[in-house]
Amino acid sequence: MTISFEIPEHVQQQADMAKMAAEFFMRPVSRELDENEHQRPDMFVQNIWPVMRDMQKKTLDKLAAPPTEGEKKPERQSTQNLRLMLMIEMLSWGDAGIYLCLPGGALGGAAIEAVGTPEQKIRFLQRFAEGEIPAWGAMAMTEPGAGSDTSAIQTTAVLDKEANQWVLNGEKIFCTNGKLALDESNGLVVVWASIDRSAGRAGMRPFVVEAGTPGVKVTKTEIKHGIRASDTASIVLDNARIPADNILGSPEVQREGGGGFKGAMATFDATRPLVSASALGIGRASLEFVKEKLAEEGVEIPYNLPYHKLTAIQRDVLEMEAQFKAAYLLTLRAITLLDQRQPNNLESAMCKAKAGKVVTQISQKAVELLGPMGYSREWLAEKWMRDAKINDIFEGTGQINTLIVARRILGYSSKELG
Amino acid sequence: MVSFTPTEEQQQLLDTVKRYAANDIRSIAHESDEGGGFPASTIDKGWQIGLVPTAIPEEQGGLGEMSALTGALAAEELAFGDLSAALAVMAPALFAYPISLYGTTEQREVWLPHFLEEKAPKATAALLEPGIFFDAHDLKTTATPEGDKVRLNGVKACVPLASDAEIMLVYARNSETGAMDGFLVGRGAEGLEIEGDEKLMGLRALSTSRVKLNDVRVDVPCRLGGAEGCDYQAVLNRGRVALAALAVGVARASFEYARDYAKERQAFGAPIATKQAIAFMLAEAAIEVDAARLMVWEAAWQLDQGKDATKAAYLARQYAEKAALTVTDSGVQVLGGYGFIREYPAERWLRNARGFTAFEGLAIV
Repeated sequence: MTISFEIPEHVQQQADMAKMAAEFFMRPVSRELDENEHQRPDMFVQNIWPVMRDMQKKTLDKLAAPPTEGEKKPERQSTQNLRLMLMIEMLSWGDAGIYLCLPGGALGGAAIEAVGTPEQKIRFLQRFAEGEIPAWGAMAMTEPGAGSDTSAIQTTAVLDKEANQWVLNGEKIFCTNGKLALDESNGLVVVWASIDRSAGRAGMRPFVVEAGTPGVKVTKTEIKHGIRASDTASIVLDNARIPADNILGSPEVQREGGGGFKGAMATFDATRPLVSASALGIGRASLEFVKEKLAEEGVEIPYNLPYHKLTAIQRDVLEMEAQFKAAYLLTLRAITLLDQRQPNNLESAMCKAKAGKVVTQISQKAVELLGPMGYSREWLAEKWMRDAKINDIFEGTGQINTLIVARRILGYSSKELG
Repeated sequence: MVSFTPTEEQQQLLDTVKRYAANDIRSIAHESDEGGGFPASTIDKGWQIGLVPTAIPEEQGGLGEMSALTGALAAEELAFGDLSAALAVMAPALFAYPISLYGTTEQREVWLPHFLEEKAPKATAALLEPGIFFDAHDLKTTATPEGDKVRLNGVKACVPLASDAEIMLVYARNSETGAMDGFLVGRGAEGLEIEGDEKLMGLRALSTSRVKLNDVRVDVPCRLGGAEGCDYQAVLNRGRVALAALAVGVARASFEYARDYAKERQAFGAPIATKQAIAFMLAEAAIEVDAARLMVWEAAWQLDQGKDATKAAYLARQYAEKAALTVTDSGVQVLGGYGFIREYPAERWLRNARGFTAFEGLAIV
């Protein structure tokens, strides 16, 4: 091992291809889709679906027929998450709202990948690996009365032993891609519900709810500040019945040690760096654009002058660049640990807290530096600012991620540091 | 392939540096800061770890190879012990590394063997200048060619260990071409005046001096790199990475101390670390320390890859010096009143951290 920042060439090539896709299929419709909320980015979806489908197919093929001893390649660091990180960054550079419409399992798929049995993975993820028509996955955790405090979740799952089905009741909100998953494709939503309200978090479990399940209804799509191309759905579960083996993890409640909840929360260690990656894409877009516009006005950014020889604008841009890089490297570290199959709970909370904050600041500064044109809807800077903010909110707010960092560095449990 | 794990060799070296920083430096950092600096034996022991000899390439008679990454890893650990001690241990490198990187064959043959000895040669470098508008790319110190001599004029500030130095590398602007160059100036040079110890806000355990050059004449072969000169930007880049790494070490020292204190200190019936107001300060400090370190590593890696690290080194230094100030300020704040008391180390780390914006040229990797 040695410290290295070398991105393998084949990974960089994929990132470059993602950037081309962003240039061709996203940027040209970015403004239009922002102005017409909930319009679907069809061109992007149609063009990217085969890529996503084949990626999913590869992982499922591996699962169905694991390589024999003879076929096994020498143990080498995976680049799976690194590829995802750079691809997501580039697609979000194109348009973060459209990126969220990426067909495939998304967060729902990630939860299934993380805690599902091999049988469940094949049963649920096959739809993301075949066919000409795209499908979406989603995750439904938040409720009107339960945001960061997931232990307050009211949705219940009761096992009907006779029918061998779980019966789900409750209301979920702020579900990214909920409509795409349930109404517009043969998708699925991973719904968090309690199997034992008295057990608090230990009683919480994720359930796979497939499109077409009676009693599941998308009741609303939110009108939002940013990422308007992405649907954010409210879902009502009214005696929704799903097969007993649609539960992810054990149906037994273990009151000590968090049980299945803790295991499933580990999904976030994998997804938070990917949310950071999306934030970074917006940060990169804002920063590049500001530098481009400044260059047109004859303002270059120097990297060797003392502070007193820099103009206020140069100082601002240098600060944006340094902060961006810090967030990028923290994300790269969290991602690399994932690829090395090492624990990254602390590092993924760090990168998410940092990226959410600095990309929000970078995109806001970009609007300021561009003056009236930054504020104008003629350019995309103002849109990026609106798109950026969500990254400091979803997949754990900046505060929740800071709290996780605090607990980790202090060695405190959630009881000791609430 | 991306990785954040040092090599086994680096790890072994780091373990040695860590032990030295904890046992030999940290234990006497307070009294050394209060008066007189570190005992010579302590700094000698740091030298004997062999950071400089192992950075001199084998083909130049050294014991290893120049690695900015290794240097940055070691610098963080040394500064975790104490910044003054770190700068004292690393000072000879200010002279040796540019000679190793850019020196003529003759300069290398004459000087580098001294850096393989048991005792550190009394060598340093002078870059920084007094005055509020210092610019490393526009030095006020001038080098004026005069036939087979070069005449040096100017004032240098914060030159580490200058009062004992037998030889120093003085950076100056060629008054004809405007280019920056290094010159080897011996202690006995006529017109060279080394003033007594400077009085600084921090670095109180490090001897630094103003160095005045009043028509100091050196022979043309004393120019670093001879007719070719040196890659001055790269010298600065290496210096910036070194400073950034040291800043990370100071910040980490402060953060870890505050973290441990906050878990001990009781208020309102519980450790203060159980309050989010304190816990969040510490969490943010932890993030800043890690972020700054990653920026240092990336810049150092670029240097080792032979890439142009100008931007990365500049941003790393800018980021690390700000992070160090924020983190050490939090370090004082978490300790409350004790943070302000000199018997506790937090205020020393804050004083030392404040200097990084001014320390250009005080260290190199």
